[in-house]
Amino acid sequence: MIRYILKRLLQSIPLLLGILTATFFMIHLAPGDPMDMYLEPQRQRQMDPEVIELIRKRYGLDQPVYVQYVKWVANVARGDFGESFRYRRPVRGMLAEAIPYTLQLTVLALLLDALVGIALGIISAVKQYSALDKAVTLGSLIVYAIPGFWLALMLVLVFSVQLNWFPTSQTRSMDYDLLSGGQQVLDRLWHLVLPVFVMGVASAAGTARYMRNRLLEVLNEEYVVAARARGFPERTVIVKHAVRNALIPIVTIYGLSLPFLLGGATIIESIFAWPGMGRLTVEAVGARDYPIIMATTMIAATLTVLGNLLADVALTVVDPRVSLEGKARAR
Amino acid sequence: MLLEVRDLAAYFFLDEGVLKAVDGLSFDVEAGETVALVGESGCGKTIVALSLLGVVPSPGRVVGGSVRFDGVDVVRASPAELRRVRGAGIGIVFQEPGAALNPVHTVGRQIADVVQLHRGLTKHEADAEAVRLLGEMEIPEPEKRAKAYPHELSGGMRQRATIAVAVSARPRLLIADEPTTALDVTIQREILDLLGRLQRDFGMSLLIITHDIGVVEEMARRVMVMYAGKLVEVGDAERVFRDPRHPYTRGLLGSVPRLGGGRKTPLVGISGVVPDLLDLPPGCSFLPRCPLGDASCTAVFPPLEPVAGRLCACYKVHDAITT
Amino acid sequence: MLDSGLTHATRWALLPGAGHLLLGRRQRGVHLLAYTVLVLGVLAWRWDRFVHALTSTALDQWVAALFLVASIAGAVWFSVWDVRRLARQAGEPTRGKSPMRIAMRRFRANSLAVASVYVIVLMYLVAILAPLLAPHDPSSIEHVMETRYLAPSWSHLMGTDEFGRDLLSRAIYGARVSLSIGLLAMVVAKLIGTTYGAIAGYFGGWVDNVMMRAVDVVIAFPTFYLMLMLVGVFEANIVVLVLILGLTAWPGTARFIRGEFLSLREQEFIESARSIGLPAPAIILRHLIPSALSPVLVSAAFSVAGMIGAEAGLSFLGLGIRPPTPSWGNMVSAGQDALLVAWWVAFFPGALLATVLIAFSLLADGLRDALDPKALMRRYL
Repeated sequence: MIRYILKRLLQSIPLLLGILTATFFMIHLAPGDPMDMYLEPQRQRQMDPEVIELIRKRYGLDQPVYVQYVKWVANVARGDFGESFRYRRPVRGMLAEAIPYTLQLTVLALLLDALVGIALGIISAVKQYSALDKAVTLGSLIVYAIPGFWLALMLVLVFSVQLNWFPTSQTRSMDYDLLSGGQQVLDRLWHLVLPVFVMGVASAAGTARYMRNRLLEVLNEEYVVAARARGFPERTVIVKHAVRNALIPIVTIYGLSLPFLLGGATIIESIFAWPGMGRLTVEAVGARDYPIIMATTMIAATLTVLGNLLADVALTVVDPRVSLEGKARAR
Repeated sequence: MLLEVRDLAAYFFLDEGVLKAVDGLSFDVEAGETVALVGESGCGKTIVALSLLGVVPSPGRVVGGSVRFDGVDVVRASPAELRRVRGAGIGIVFQEPGAALNPVHTVGRQIADVVQLHRGLTKHEADAEAVRLLGEMEIPEPEKRAKAYPHELSGGMRQRATIAVAVSARPRLLIADEPTTALDVTIQREILDLLGRLQRDFGMSLLIITHDIGVVEEMARRVMVMYAGKLVEVGDAERVFRDPRHPYTRGLLGSVPRLGGGRKTPLVGISGVVPDLLDLPPGCSFLPRCPLGDASCTAVFPPLEPVAGRLCACYKVHDAITT
Repeated sequence: MLDSGLTHATRWALLPGAGHLLLGRRQRGVHLLAYTVLVLGVLAWRWDRFVHALTSTALDQWVAALFLVASIAGAVWFSVWDVRRLARQAGEPTRGKSPMRIAMRRFRANSLAVASVYVIVLMYLVAILAPLLAPHDPSSIEHVMETRYLAPSWSHLMGTDEFGRDLLSRAIYGARVSLSIGLLAMVVAKLIGTTYGAIAGYFGGWVDNVMMRAVDVVIAFPTFYLMLMLVGVFEANIVVLVLILGLTAWPGTARFIRGEFLSLREQEFIESARSIGLPAPAIILRHLIPSALSPVLVSAAFSVAGMIGAEAGLSFLGLGIRPPTPSWGNMVSAGQDALLVAWWVAFFPGALLATVLIAFSLLADGLRDALDPKALMRRYL
């Protein structure tokens, strides 16, 4: 198993290199002076042309593109993503600050998603054609289709503005520092409720739909009919045989949602003024802060590759039909 | 009488309409006898088997009739009674070897589960019994095989394992749905022998569902011929095959090469195609393909009536003098 | 007797739908009739605008007016043509049930899906006819202090925004942006994906290998992040946005089409068809299209929903279509600031978005249910 993981990691290196290259060249396709990558045009106009030339030399922008590319790849390999040119801080530091905030949201949302989504999907499939099933099927489709930002705003409108049950934004209250330790924890949780709820419910809707469809397929498989024909009570048939098999691809899906952990909250973070990776990226895109944009995109892509690996490994654990060697051969 | 089936009907309720898979079947099975249910693919044979156990999958269900087994009417039984009949009363072997086996559980565990359920053994005892049963199925190295997953076994071994699961609760009636169709010819022989042996050893009745006349001749004392959801001929296998009366049965037998028939005996197929069970016109369903049929066959499907020592559902058979 | 009845119907077919009703084809007749009445109604209601639009230099006005005329003409032509065709077939025996007909019947039985089709068609119609239908000018700003943030009323059905602009008119024009971007982006993605996948699948070998490695790289980027990055690099206007959205979504289709090609090549009938002398591309097209059509169709419906949602999300973040050009996404964003004072500014555009997205999802679900062969049940017979 360890050997397989190592082998896959090694195999991923060309892919990661490809991702690095793609990111680099996409940025460089941007119309305009590459100098803009490191220094905003407005500031350039205010500065002495000689100073600009010095900066150009310092950042190696006078070098041909491929040299810049190699330098950049070497830097990234060392974990150096450069400096944000808006804040003049190392990108790495900014990322380190932002990531925990995002994780708070996404991990909790994922938990909510798994618990509610899978449960609803199972119940809905088992009681097919019942009123509950119809409600879940239609309801999950609606919630899944609705744009997340609108759902969030409407919930904020109802629960924050009108009812005042929850705060409208931010991670903590203004008087946070005056609160006791226990109250601080509660305050943080209170602020987490709305954003986590929106994200969790939206993805739970998708999970419920998928789980329901998957379970319905499995319920028609011959071994489920056979299990029933052997005399097992219905609950055993459903749980031990049907659900057990239906959950298999779900494991894969959760493995693949690794990138979601860091990137899935972009819009929610914008709405709730949450200082996480998503908001960082959006602001960077708006301000053309290329070092941050490149860094977050790279991380997102790398997580996707790792997520694939995680999903594959998880699949071999959960499904005895799938073997590691088979997966290796299939690549 | 072990099994009494009267006017069994099972329909599938689809968007396109109602598909009458089984439409008024009546037959009996005695303790210890082997009966064959014969028909082409698509005539509803498998649904008969599923109906006997009350496991017809939706959108289908049993809509009428009765299935009396061991004092219980399966069609109207409570869930508790059904659970006793299934597995311990009636066992079933499915067509696809291994499709009836859960791919994520080991073979031994699946047998042990059934044994634990119906025979009250502990987990330990059940595991041992599973290995023993696998051995009885003539599977080599049963201890190793018991720990294997279904996909790790060959087709023949999977079918033996499925049979092991089916008989592990010592049912009085074993239904074998096309037990050999998906297997190689050599394995077919072995599986049939196995079924015969199990029947003798356990004293089970055997209901074999097949479209293969050869299998019927091998194994069954009585045969029931099914067409488009209904029975058309029922009787002793030997008599029916020597002197088939229903035009469909004659067509079936004429289309199978027989040893001793000589090279000159032509193979005669049955013209036409299997009818769409969604759209059955009233009257005899075999009419479009029948050499004997005419307008008098269009009103009502002919009832099963005694003719020459067997039951036959055909209006024309009484008049004709056949060779 | 039959003949004169048919000629009668053909003559009446000049009024779209009437001919069909006479022949007993109620559903089609009602549809045609209703559509024509609707269009004529718009024409009558906005006659003066229509006349102005015909002679206008602005492209969108001209397109709207032309579309009105063209659709009436089209309805009439189709009505006559179809009635003639039905008349010719009247004597022939009933045709068998092809899979397409079965699928159509199943689809029509799904009332939610059918309702979605109506909603979608209606929305696109409104979008195309925007210059004729919008009650006010979406960009006119006057007497801001008196007209800003007015609650919904009869003169402003959806209220006004912070600049006093009528929200309903902006929403109608916003529909054009959001709906057209969604549709076009899907088309771009499908075209690129299909071509790419076809080339990779047809040639196979190392060509396929290289092409699929490239796909792996693109797929590794989470879609939204890729869009974000591209939008950050290139200035976003409608065309650029369509391209960006399309370029991030093609790999899925490419993989699927390539898979279909590869599996087709494996199958024996390709060999047998070749042995009779049929050229390879013809074979593949003839066999590919039936099997690939259904999944691509279903995926297209889902895809439009995704594209509309993506554009809305990007515009909401301020990175897609920027004000003053109205897009439902940036309208919701503007409403976020006014959530406390003027809830309608965020509510209505978002509600419209939700409606369209739900409609496309229901449509896609309906298509999938209708086209999916019920192979499960056949097994038991």
